[in-house]
Amino acid sequence: MDTFVQQLINGLTIGSIYALIALGYTMVYGILRLINFAHGDIYMLGAYAGFFISRWLGFAGEPSLLGLAVTLVGSMIAAALLGMAIERFAYRPVRKYARMTTLITAIGVSLLLENLGVVIFGGAPRSFPELFQNETYKLFGNAAISKSQLLIFGVSIALMILLQWIVYRTKVGTAMRAVSFNLNSAKLMGINTDAIIVFTFALGSALAAAGGVLTAQYNPTIYPLMGIITGLKAFVAAVLGGIGNIPGAVLGGLLIGAAETFVVGYGQQIGIPSTYRDAVAFAILILVLLFRPSGLLGTTVQEKV
Amino acid sequence: MPGFAKKLAGFAAILVALWAVNAAMSREGLFGFGLGAYEAEVLMLVGINVILAVSLNLINGFTGQFSIGHAGFMAIGAYSSAYFTVYHGQDLERSLGGGTFAHILVFSIAILIGALVAAAMGMLVGVPSLRLRGDYLAIVTLGFAEIIRIVILNLDVVGGATGFTVPGSVNFFWVGLIGVLTIIVVRNIVRSDTGRALISIREDELAAEAMGVNTTRYKVLSFVISSAFAGVAGVLFGHFKRFLATPDFTFIKSFEVIIMIVLGGMGSITGAVLGAIVITILPELLRQLPSIGGFNFADLRLVIYAALLIVIMLTRPQGVLGEREIGLHWLRRAQKAPEGDRQVGDDAGVPITQRAEAADQDSAGGGGQNR
Amino acid sequence: MKRTLMTIGLATLLAASFACEKRGDGAPTGSGDTGPIKVGIYGDLSGQTSSFGQSTKNGVLMAIDEINAAGGIGGRKVEYVIEDDQGQPQQASTVVTKLINQNKVHAILGEVASSNSLAAAPRAQEAKIPMITPSSTNPKVTQVGDYIFRVCFTDDFQGAVGAKFAANTLKAKTAAILGDFQSDYSKGMSQFFEEEFTRLGGRVIQKQTYTQTDSDFKGQLTSIRSAAPDVIFVPGYYGQVGVIAKQAKELGITAPLLGGDGWDAPQLWDLGGAALNGSYMVNHYSIDDPSPAVQKFVAAYKAKYSGTAPDAIAALAYDAMNVLADAIKRAGTTDPAKLRDALASTQNFAGVTGSININAQRDAVKPAVVFELRDKKLVYKETIQPGGSAGAAPAPTAAAAAGATAGASSPGTNANGAANSNAAGSANSNANH
Repeated sequence: MDTFVQQLINGLTIGSIYALIALGYTMVYGILRLINFAHGDIYMLGAYAGFFISRWLGFAGEPSLLGLAVTLVGSMIAAALLGMAIERFAYRPVRKYARMTTLITAIGVSLLLENLGVVIFGGAPRSFPELFQNETYKLFGNAAISKSQLLIFGVSIALMILLQWIVYRTKVGTAMRAVSFNLNSAKLMGINTDAIIVFTFALGSALAAAGGVLTAQYNPTIYPLMGIITGLKAFVAAVLGGIGNIPGAVLGGLLIGAAETFVVGYGQQIGIPSTYRDAVAFAILILVLLFRPSGLLGTTVQEKV
Repeated sequence: MPGFAKKLAGFAAILVALWAVNAAMSREGLFGFGLGAYEAEVLMLVGINVILAVSLNLINGFTGQFSIGHAGFMAIGAYSSAYFTVYHGQDLERSLGGGTFAHILVFSIAILIGALVAAAMGMLVGVPSLRLRGDYLAIVTLGFAEIIRIVILNLDVVGGATGFTVPGSVNFFWVGLIGVLTIIVVRNIVRSDTGRALISIREDELAAEAMGVNTTRYKVLSFVISSAFAGVAGVLFGHFKRFLATPDFTFIKSFEVIIMIVLGGMGSITGAVLGAIVITILPELLRQLPSIGGFNFADLRLVIYAALLIVIMLTRPQGVLGEREIGLHWLRRAQKAPEGDRQVGDDAGVPITQRAEAADQDSAGGGGQNR
Repeated sequence: MKRTLMTIGLATLLAASFACEKRGDGAPTGSGDTGPIKVGIYGDLSGQTSSFGQSTKNGVLMAIDEINAAGGIGGRKVEYVIEDDQGQPQQASTVVTKLINQNKVHAILGEVASSNSLAAAPRAQEAKIPMITPSSTNPKVTQVGDYIFRVCFTDDFQGAVGAKFAANTLKAKTAAILGDFQSDYSKGMSQFFEEEFTRLGGRVIQKQTYTQTDSDFKGQLTSIRSAAPDVIFVPGYYGQVGVIAKQAKELGITAPLLGGDGWDAPQLWDLGGAALNGSYMVNHYSIDDPSPAVQKFVAAYKAKYSGTAPDAIAALAYDAMNVLADAIKRAGTTDPAKLRDALASTQNFAGVTGSININAQRDAVKPAVVFELRDKKLVYKETIQPGGSAGAAPAPTAAAAAGATAGASSPGTNANGAANSNAAGSANSNANH
């Protein structure tokens, strides 16, 4: 039992990270119908931003909650700026073209960020500094939860509530929903759609960066290609929950995180070695798309001629 | 159509050319004129990449679907044929008494196996997933390719993580012949009724369906054919490199092939060939540059690919050639439209002027609308 | 039809015209007894395992500098060409082809990852250019052919050493294995650890795997925790091991971790920190070895590379270059066949990673050292000599010592490594396979 609870905690921890990243995918897709392939790399760059910020400001040596907070916010801002720049210089010029073109552009941006990362930061993993004193709390039996896990839960829940508030309680959120419903009509209603799209990218990128710093705090190893697989899994989470649907992205993220942890933990007993961990998300994706393409919480959209 | 004799003569000319290049690559050389082993190696890779690019173009360029899992099918072909060669092929060759004929026969079987297994896998992937819309399909193909790679990693019978040593010798004759064959087959498909059906799917899937085109059937067909050729490219790759390891079949390889066809032009066979040549040779040329201050230009390979991809999309989303083909007509007067594809591409395609409509449409090919 | 033909012709021409630029380069290097000695180095200098590639490069270059400062080998200076394969097997074989045919190197040093060495070795073998891998430990690498050598021990030995240490010194009865399943190195070591550990009466009660793209290992570790083994064997690379150690501590796992040379990198401590205390590592050499040769090497390396301490990879690369130089000196030529023979007869070469004897399989027979990790230092625990197969090695001194200290490893250890058990039969070190 304690093992099961432990696995659940482990799974939900990574699940929360996936959820944070999936939110960015889902918002951008909701508005632009674009799979922002570069989103996983923004998560990576967020982690690197945190790495450099904490070093420059000298938080690396002495763990403190303030240092962590500053690092987190700093890297979120950096990523938001990056997200805005990518939208402005790469995606906006191709928005008028066919969808394939935007998709290839997104792949290009993703490859560019990854490989610039390799050239600039070096391909080898770096260790992320410890920003706060980690401790482990015993729950019962062998089950335990660590401070870094609690931090991940806490921060992601706070950010998700914040996002929910922005989207449903503020003017800009209303505009976002309008744009996602129908971009042209929104434009006719006097909404500055370009500004809303930029804002969406900034928001999504900031959440991904938060995910990056939190992960790096939890598993202190960062490398330039860390965003690829995590990004893809987060995308799967968004699809699983129903793309364009914010609670769906969260649900999807948690489910994917838990599913892959259980495959690692219990797969062997039913003949699936833990090596298939990365295949789980893709298998889920394929099943979802075949049987419920709109995702768990999504609504079906009829194709128009 | 010109007569059968003309075709035969053309094919003979190709064979002679291949033989000449092949001889030049051998140790003895052709009339004392020879290629270095390194140049020969690059030329082989060019040939293999041409097969990959031209075959992927059938899906991405002509059918308008978006697959980013080509490396997976390549891996399937490479590993299945290597399995055959290692566990059966060698014995078979010996029991046939060795010699050139036995070798050709056994290697032909290996190619056939690679093609069939990859085609079967293409079918398996294609049938369910081609019901999906463009960008979902992209992710699913990527996912399948990754699953294929993970499964291979777990198969100790083909070397697992260590890699798989494959006996074999592939010379340029094989690679060139199959490269030419790929080009001819894809070209003939594109110009046939099937090809028009494929292009109609690219231009407007719903309209195509309304016109009675069985879109799923044709999409699966293009997927299967394309996978088969990717499998053959894998067979050649494995038997040429004589060593297979999964790091060579990640999605980076798939992206590489995509960059080739995007560079050359989606929907252009010669464009794909050109793209394959450039993308294969470019990094090797970068290697020749001296490293400055410990910085190696060859390391920029992938950065350059990525930048190239973005720049092309921003400036010329249809690729350098778009849907045009390079050929004799370039030397003649203004180009006459080839039989089928241009017609559809230029006039009958639905212009995508409004973003909202574009968003709801199935991706309608990179080319055509903004020329 | 004409159009296609033309197209094909054009494409072929284009390809051919590029390829013809350097025609006539094809002939292999003749025997060179004059002019500089060219050494080709290839490795991952920009990929995920680039710290290994960089260490290799540093080690080799330091050896070359020392050799040239001392007047070269027989009056001939050593030149080098470095190629980056980005950690991809496909590129490894291409760059080795380039080194041999375009740069005309006399010998090749390279690759850490066995799959990259395995991809490149056939090219060197075919061109009959000797290749020495400093640190590819998979037994298959040198089985490619008689021009392929290594100066490190093999996975079967390393895994067995780990098992012996666990069973004999730690008195462990049960073990769990947490391996990197995408790495042949890790797979090989896991297999040989399990065989030897079982043979010594232990039991492997849990086997878990991860990949190098993982950064969360709690799932695996939680399962291992529930099995409560006496020792956890982690044959992985430092990038993951540091994190594994940390997460194991977080989960309250107290069983010691045990691993191999893949752990060895300065970054291990950044990643794992205090959580690594009490873990054990099997390695090639010890930076704290008081022997003057080692201390001289460490000091020189630190002086040359701004204070960085040399890891085992760098030390092995340094040894590989020196073994090569020694062989060239003894052969008196860089003629490939003679150089190969000279390499094959390397005996009692005093390297910084121990005394190197090349056996009939062109593998180095040398002892392994086990360390305890404590407060960012490697504390020497014991040296385990190659037993069993050592009998086959034409190295009487080392073999005798082996028998004495660690006679535990019986021939059974190497039941798997066909190569090593065959060794016993063939006394002739130049056996051409």
